[in-house]
Amino acid sequence: MKDIAIEVKGLQKSFKQLHVLKGVDFEVEKGSIFALLGSNGAGKTTVVKILTTLLKQDIGTATINGFDVVSKPESVRQSISLTGQFAAVDEILTGRENLIMIAKLRHLTNPRQVADDLLNRFGLKDAAERRVSTYSGGMRRRLDIAMSLIGKPQLIFLDEPTTGLDPEARIEVWKVVKELSEGGTTVFLTTQYLDEAEQLADRIAILHEGRIIANGTLEELKNLFPPAKVEYVEKQPTLEEIFLAIIGKKEEK
Amino acid sequence: MDSIKKHFFSDMSVMLGRSMRHIFRSMDTIITVTIMPIAFMLLFVYVFGGAIQTGTDNYVNYLLPGILLIAIASGIAYTAYRLFMDMQSGIFERFHSMPIARSAALWGHVLTSLVSNAISVVVIILVALIMGFRSSAGVLPWLAVAGILALFTLALTWIAAIAGLSAKSVDGAGAFSYPIIFLPFISSAFVPTETMPTVVRAFAENQPVTSIVEAIRALLSGQPVGNDIWVALAWCIGIILVAYIFAMRVYKRKAA
Repeated sequence: MKDIAIEVKGLQKSFKQLHVLKGVDFEVEKGSIFALLGSNGAGKTTVVKILTTLLKQDIGTATINGFDVVSKPESVRQSISLTGQFAAVDEILTGRENLIMIAKLRHLTNPRQVADDLLNRFGLKDAAERRVSTYSGGMRRRLDIAMSLIGKPQLIFLDEPTTGLDPEARIEVWKVVKELSEGGTTVFLTTQYLDEAEQLADRIAILHEGRIIANGTLEELKNLFPPAKVEYVEKQPTLEEIFLAIIGKKEEK
Repeated sequence: MDSIKKHFFSDMSVMLGRSMRHIFRSMDTIITVTIMPIAFMLLFVYVFGGAIQTGTDNYVNYLLPGILLIAIASGIAYTAYRLFMDMQSGIFERFHSMPIARSAALWGHVLTSLVSNAISVVVIILVALIMGFRSSAGVLPWLAVAGILALFTLALTWIAAIAGLSAKSVDGAGAFSYPIIFLPFISSAFVPTETMPTVVRAFAENQPVTSIVEAIRALLSGQPVGNDIWVALAWCIGIILVAYIFAMRVYKRKAA
């Protein structure tokens, strides 16, 4: 039997007249990267909020590491960490202070050491004493993710981690996610970018109009479509590739 | 569950430390909270004061309690603002998805409100001393004054919590404080109520600020406090209870 980190059955949720989730089912294996793909307003964030105990579903069940999100929220919160859609960092505090604050709230014995380690790991050492309000979008996201790693949660939720980031910062975030997964952490991420799911995820589920309409590995999803036709096209570099090639020479700050 | 309860106070002190840093890093909040009441005090003492007949020879003594209440009323607008910003920024979601007591985040703001208002009250009393404020009160009456002001701050803080938690915009979060700032003007804070028209006088004498002002004034001048202190306490505690229940209801609704 495989180890299941997240199990969701028949999840439904309405906001007043709006029936956002109409019966969502999926499982996430321990240690894997699971991407929930969907357009804006598909209900991805609602799923994340239910799984992270911020919102209660109307119908259906969701369990995290075997703990029900409704009846055992404290046990769920012990094993998860959330990086929300909008960087949940304190703008007025410095990067270091943000990390120390979360380490203290996780009741770790050496908050300063934890903060220093993460600042180094996420390339924020030089900006450690600056207020977060002066950070760029990418730095903010890295700090946000760093804050989520404090206390070594077994399961990390990333809600649209790269929305609004420039291509460089996106690739940095991808690198972090891959490292996390290699370290054994289960990663649940939502995204509206197909290439992001393609790059990162072991399994991809597509949420559309309140239901999961496809769920599988990239290969399995590709098999759902008719076999690829062979066409001859001249491969032009994408603007993203050009952009990255030009700035690639520039040393990282 | 037990570990969450055990850590409640340490979690809350982390929250307090966080929002106290916010206060000290945005000096404009301290300035607006203390400068405006001090300006009122200067205006009333040195401009209007000569023409106001209060039956006392020291108008600063007469005025100070009302000025302190105005300071607290403008201070809690920032409590609502800070709470609103936390709700918006997503940092509350982070806290709420962590294994910490959910109310710790809210209580952190409440404590911050108490501490920051205490600071501005002390600053204003120091300025009043320079302007000639004198009190014959001993330690106990001063403690009683501190207690009443703390209860008044708590009462307004929980009202601010309702506003900050349920507001849709930054302006909405702070707007509730304007009528509260004006309440002392329609009370015995600046002038005795005897000269007011009947309807205004009836309002002035039966609204919470008058009994609070009268109780503090009596305590500071060593006069018997009479009924005022009990009326003042009843108002404060009544408002605290009602506002707390509503604020917690909004908080639970917003934070599932």
